[in-house]
Amino acid sequence: MANYLLKRVLMLFPLLIGITLITFTVIHLAPGEPVEMQTAMSPKVSAASRARLREFYGLDKPLHVQYGLWLSHLARFDFGRSFAPDNRQVTDKIVERIPITISLNVIALILEFGLAIPIGILAAVHRDTLLDRGISVFVFLGFAVPTFWLALLCMYFFGVKLSWLPISGIHSLGSERLPALARYWDVAKHLLLPVAIATFGSLAGLSRYMRSTMLEVLSQDYITTARAKGVRERAVIYKHALKNALLPVITLLGFSLPGLIGGSVIFETIFAIPGMGQLFYQGVMSRDYPLVMGILVIGAGLTLLGNLLADFCYAFADPRIRHGRG
Amino acid sequence: MSEPSKEFWKRFAGNRFATAGLMVIVILFLLSICAAFITPYDPDALDAWHVLLPPTSAHWFGTDELGRDVFTRVIFGARVSLKVGFVAVGIAVLIGTVVGLFAGFYGGWVDTLLMRVVDIMLCFPTFFLILAVIAMLEPSIWYIMIIIGLTGWMGVARLVRAEVLSLKSRDFVLAARVLGASDRRIIFRHILPNALSPVLVSATLGVAGAILTESALSFLGIGVQPPTPSWGNILTSGKDYIEFAWWLSLFPGVAILITVLSYNLVGEGIRDALDPRRQG
Repeated sequence: MANYLLKRVLMLFPLLIGITLITFTVIHLAPGEPVEMQTAMSPKVSAASRARLREFYGLDKPLHVQYGLWLSHLARFDFGRSFAPDNRQVTDKIVERIPITISLNVIALILEFGLAIPIGILAAVHRDTLLDRGISVFVFLGFAVPTFWLALLCMYFFGVKLSWLPISGIHSLGSERLPALARYWDVAKHLLLPVAIATFGSLAGLSRYMRSTMLEVLSQDYITTARAKGVRERAVIYKHALKNALLPVITLLGFSLPGLIGGSVIFETIFAIPGMGQLFYQGVMSRDYPLVMGILVIGAGLTLLGNLLADFCYAFADPRIRHGRG
Repeated sequence: MSEPSKEFWKRFAGNRFATAGLMVIVILFLLSICAAFITPYDPDALDAWHVLLPPTSAHWFGTDELGRDVFTRVIFGARVSLKVGFVAVGIAVLIGTVVGLFAGFYGGWVDTLLMRVVDIMLCFPTFFLILAVIAMLEPSIWYIMIIIGLTGWMGVARLVRAEVLSLKSRDFVLAARVLGASDRRIIFRHILPNALSPVLVSATLGVAGAILTESALSFLGIGVQPPTPSWGNILTSGKDYIEFAWWLSLFPGVAILITVLSYNLVGEGIRDALDPRRQG
């Protein structure tokens, strides 16, 4: 077991290098330079000062040197300075945005698993009934609906028409003066729509997966045996079948992360949530290379961690690996 | 038709959801091909006298802020969606199939290398990657299709590799090898045709994903550029006028929903029909 974990951790390094390599290539393949963005505004900028700007950002060096420099900084968690006028450390900018995006996604993830697993089991146990079909339609609708559109409609309906919920930001103006409980309530009201929409959109994958693994497990011989020896149906499903059907679901935990993080661009731009997705969108639009590269690396790194965590959970949950035979 | 494909169609037709989805897709195709004959309006014709009109018998889906007919723009927008869906997925399937074939057939370090690349690509939040590249290029529908394709091939590569691994040691492949067939012949004549059916499922679902991605990009203003109508960019103006003109937000959104749903249902239908054990 320890051996397996060690191997798994060591595997991270080549993958991390690959992530930085792809990030760097993607950003530098694109035509146009950030310096043009900055100088295009004022035609008076001379060729000499343009060259100075390029030198300042290290853009005059050959690509592999730029990559090496960037990588050596990354190793010290230094993502460079933002090209934005505020010229702040990219690390600082990202660190202050990350908690919002992570907590939003973790809440959505918990809700997703908390809802999709029972829904999938229900659909499998009541296979081919009206309930099963109803669930299918519901989760497929969630999968097919463009989230930005649903967000738009919900904002209009619950926010503008009914004015039940606030439609932008994560807290109201002046909420810091409220007592603690009221402040939490205020944040919860702001997050309700984005979290609910994100969860609705992500139910389909996991619940369909849960349904099909559950169906597969239920057709196994040991389930028939359990039934034959008179175990109650509830115990067959929730004790015998569920344990084995849940195992592969663990691996999906890590895989749902990139989708959720990717989706945060849309939610955060629409609901004006000051998270990493919004920062990324702004960075991309202003060609803030260091910022965009920093967020790409961190986003992919988070997924890598998520996968590692999921694998560890799997290793602990599966006795074949736990006892060193996997 | 051969016996297995007849079986397949019988099972597919027995699935009401999937059949309905297929019908919707066919209708959408016809609508987008015949768009110019179906509507009397020009999708780009401005009409200052008929701005933001609610749906009437003359303008089924109403008009937008420039007086353009929304129904016309929605059916012309279907062209964009279908084009993006098919080209992007075509690129993804092509890359994924080649990578999967090589990795599965040659094994060893080729396999290790290619599969690590797949692992790495899968770590990136795809929408971030797409956004980063698209925003730096000149806006063009071709770039969008290419970028969506380049970031969507990993699933296909894994599927094809798994199929190849299981096919490689089958008797008919060994027989071909004994008969002296070249690697190329074995890969393209014997293995590839048998590995394609799971790819079909993933490609159908991929079309749905590509359509959603394009609409989100266009909604954010970095996808298909006006005046070319796309469902996403109609919704951008829908957002601005949502308080006075609900029709501008409703119809393009419903169009996306129905289209994506249909592709998903057809994909699931194919999956179930290919594998009788999953029926239901």
